[in-house]
Amino acid sequence: MSVLQPPAGPDAAGPVPFLSRLHEWVTTVDHKKIGTMYIVCGIIYLIIAGLEATLMRWQLTWPGMDVLTPEEFNRLFTMHGTTMVFFVGMPILLGSANILIPLMIGARDLAFPRLNAFSFWLFFFGSLLLYFSYFGGQGLYGMGSAPDVGWFAYAPLTERTFSRGHSTDYWILGIFVAGIGSTATAANFIATILGMRCRGMTLMKMPLLVWIMLVDSVIILLALPPLAAAQILLLFDRLLGAHFFDAQAGGSALLWQNLFWFFGHPEVYILILPGFAFVTEIIPVFSRKVIFGYPLMVAATVAIGFISLGVWAHHMFVVGLSPMLNTIFMGSTMLVGVPTGIKMFNWVATMIGGRIRFDTPMLYATGFLCQFLLGGLTGIFLATVPFDWQVSDSYFVVGHFHFVLFGGLVFAILAAVFYWFPKVTGRMMNETLGKWQFWLLVIGFNITFGAMHVSGFLGMPRRVYTYHTDRGWDFWNLLTSLGVIVQILGFALFALNLVHSLFKGKKAGDDPWDAWTLEWSTTSPPPPHNFEEDPVVHSRRPLWDLKHPDDPDWKYE
Amino acid sequence: MLHCGLGAGLLMALARPPQLAPAPTPTMFDPVGVPAETILDITWLLIGVCGAIGVIMFCLIGFAIVRCRRPEGDDREPPQVYGSNPIELAWTVIPLLIVFVLFMVSARGIFELERTSPPEGSTELTVIGHRWWWEFDYGDLGVVTAGELHVPIDEGGVADLYLTLKSADVAHSFWVPQLGPKMDVIPDRVNHLWLQANRPGTFVGQCAEYCGTQHANMLITVVVESRENFNAWVQNQQKEAADDSAVAAGKRLFLRTACINCHTVRGTVANGTFAPDLTHLMSRSMIGSGAVPNTPENLREWVWDPQNIKPGCEMPSMKLSRSEVDLVCAYLETLR
Repeated sequence: MSVLQPPAGPDAAGPVPFLSRLHEWVTTVDHKKIGTMYIVCGIIYLIIAGLEATLMRWQLTWPGMDVLTPEEFNRLFTMHGTTMVFFVGMPILLGSANILIPLMIGARDLAFPRLNAFSFWLFFFGSLLLYFSYFGGQGLYGMGSAPDVGWFAYAPLTERTFSRGHSTDYWILGIFVAGIGSTATAANFIATILGMRCRGMTLMKMPLLVWIMLVDSVIILLALPPLAAAQILLLFDRLLGAHFFDAQAGGSALLWQNLFWFFGHPEVYILILPGFAFVTEIIPVFSRKVIFGYPLMVAATVAIGFISLGVWAHHMFVVGLSPMLNTIFMGSTMLVGVPTGIKMFNWVATMIGGRIRFDTPMLYATGFLCQFLLGGLTGIFLATVPFDWQVSDSYFVVGHFHFVLFGGLVFAILAAVFYWFPKVTGRMMNETLGKWQFWLLVIGFNITFGAMHVSGFLGMPRRVYTYHTDRGWDFWNLLTSLGVIVQILGFALFALNLVHSLFKGKKAGDDPWDAWTLEWSTTSPPPPHNFEEDPVVHSRRPLWDLKHPDDPDWKYE
Repeated sequence: MLHCGLGAGLLMALARPPQLAPAPTPTMFDPVGVPAETILDITWLLIGVCGAIGVIMFCLIGFAIVRCRRPEGDDREPPQVYGSNPIELAWTVIPLLIVFVLFMVSARGIFELERTSPPEGSTELTVIGHRWWWEFDYGDLGVVTAGELHVPIDEGGVADLYLTLKSADVAHSFWVPQLGPKMDVIPDRVNHLWLQANRPGTFVGQCAEYCGTQHANMLITVVVESRENFNAWVQNQQKEAADDSAVAAGKRLFLRTACINCHTVRGTVANGTFAPDLTHLMSRSMIGSGAVPNTPENLREWVWDPQNIKPGCEMPSMKLSRSEVDLVCAYLETLR
């Protein structure tokens, strides 16, 4: 009944009522608040999708388990994949870019704050549409259910013949709606980065995070519309009786694969590039050394962005492309390893000769380096077509992309959370809890996803709800499932740490890490328009210049 | 009575499918032919090259972690190194060279393994992926079977297998790791796949492209056997269905139920093609495309209600009574 109570007067002391605070968040156009909402949603969906994965691992712990029916299992892996990519990876990257880009380039906000808010709400309701399918997926009669077509939803399994009810329609619409938001935000980021940098910040003086987000936004702009187009065609098939992907009526099943992966592979880089961005900022600060080879890092980022648009058919090495096509796409896929390798080398070169402090952000960044290295190397394995012919669509692939997206991206995200949490909330996260979480995650992660590589080598295909004991996969599946328990403990500590630090964390101050980029020159949390006065920079590390007037960066750049 | 019981017992004994040697784990590290061996050779090269890169990188990272820590209470900043053109050039060019070598080796593998015509003397057959079972059509031999594939091998020779892959519904993928690569089976495409075995044995695999509810139970068994055994198998498969008057009641029941809309039993009115051909059902070691072994008990449970064994599969329970199921199964058990 608090609605009916008279509003507190301007001079009334005490906490702001809940509804007012809610109203403030819902109507905000402030980039930091919108960014925070993205990240909070992303973390909630991370928990949901993580629980979905846990259920699947429970079912696969031993051969022939009956925890889930095949339909339930198939829904779970579809929802797990879709959620992790579109409603965990995307919002966390869009949210952190939202918070960091204006702060790092010395701007008051994004170029189009209202568009930014609009994009967030598109994402938010898009995600609800997808999850509403659990209730309304089979229409209004009977039990609802989620889509069970896999996150890449291969045609013609998604046609009405094979996918009854409306679950696939919800899958299409949820991602489509959220995708409009992502595309608009990418345009927003590009406009902001190109048009709103503070005085003195030329393109080659931008922090590398901003460079990477610029390239990332360009890939989003180029890759998401083809997905939207493909989804609309599929919707035509399903609702209007068209036959774009209906092989039995002259449509093409491969067309969907081409369109989807033309989005789908760049999407992998869209997700991992922000991970690169985080560690590129964190490693130098904790090594106390400037990033090694800034211009080459920029070049490598642009090269990754460019090549990533020409590798999509490496997801289709087993569909029977001609030897020449397979060879060409193998070449482009292997080539993308070169700029990625350059980044690895430059990160390590930054650490060597530094004086490294292993606070939690650096711990996670180092974890990222090791884990992503392994994921990158198995990526070269998979780029090799004959090898891919064996393990494509097996658990080896599942292990590989979890090393990249979990061991890589999630560890980078955790590094970023521990690093920028003080800036966003004004409080430090707990170091002890953070270190316990780190080691639990490292152990659990490697057990789970290391074992998956072996299952793949032994011939276990992905997306099977059960397996027979005579196949010899029992031990490795048991190991995979046991690792999950360790990971759950790690994430429980993370949740505890987040909540505890939000209310009880040590006060952070403006610059707890002794860092060098502009966001650390303002208060924590920053005021509504970020800076008291418009900053002016002379080098890539404005705060270094300030702290070392005798030895400023601009002398050497 | 005694006679009847003895007859039934004999029938049961005869009905047992030929015992196959237990299949080994379908691992790519135990190849039995040129395609799988070529892939394994490339894999060892990859493990060597990528392993070396990994060891070097981990040494560098380890060095940084151990030797480049900040000493306790020492707040001085280290020397700032902005980059080095020769070093950066080195770690751009060297990976390019490594990638080039891997590319050339693998490209050769691609052109060797992706054959567009069958090798000399190969067994050719058409594989049709269905939800959720495999149909094998030997073409001119007049043999159509499901789930279990037979290939002849000569003494000391190799068995080449050249598959034409088609799908009846959605995308599947044919994968028997020990014999060679996998290949997707896509409804609007005709794909080809060359596999090879250099010794007799039983090799297993399964569908590798998600195709719906029972994707997990779409198994493949490949039996590589001597030419005599293969010829005997073909001769048996070419025969029309057994017509044993002892199970006439079961046969009548079978032909009167909806079974015949989906299943074929050659020589009867049952000519459905939606589901596996049952003419020689008992010659196969598994039912439900590998869901369970083909034992009399399992067969009865399967006919009673397939949804208990393979939930979500396309075969419904025919709502027969237990005694009717016994009758039908007694008939099915004569289809050797």
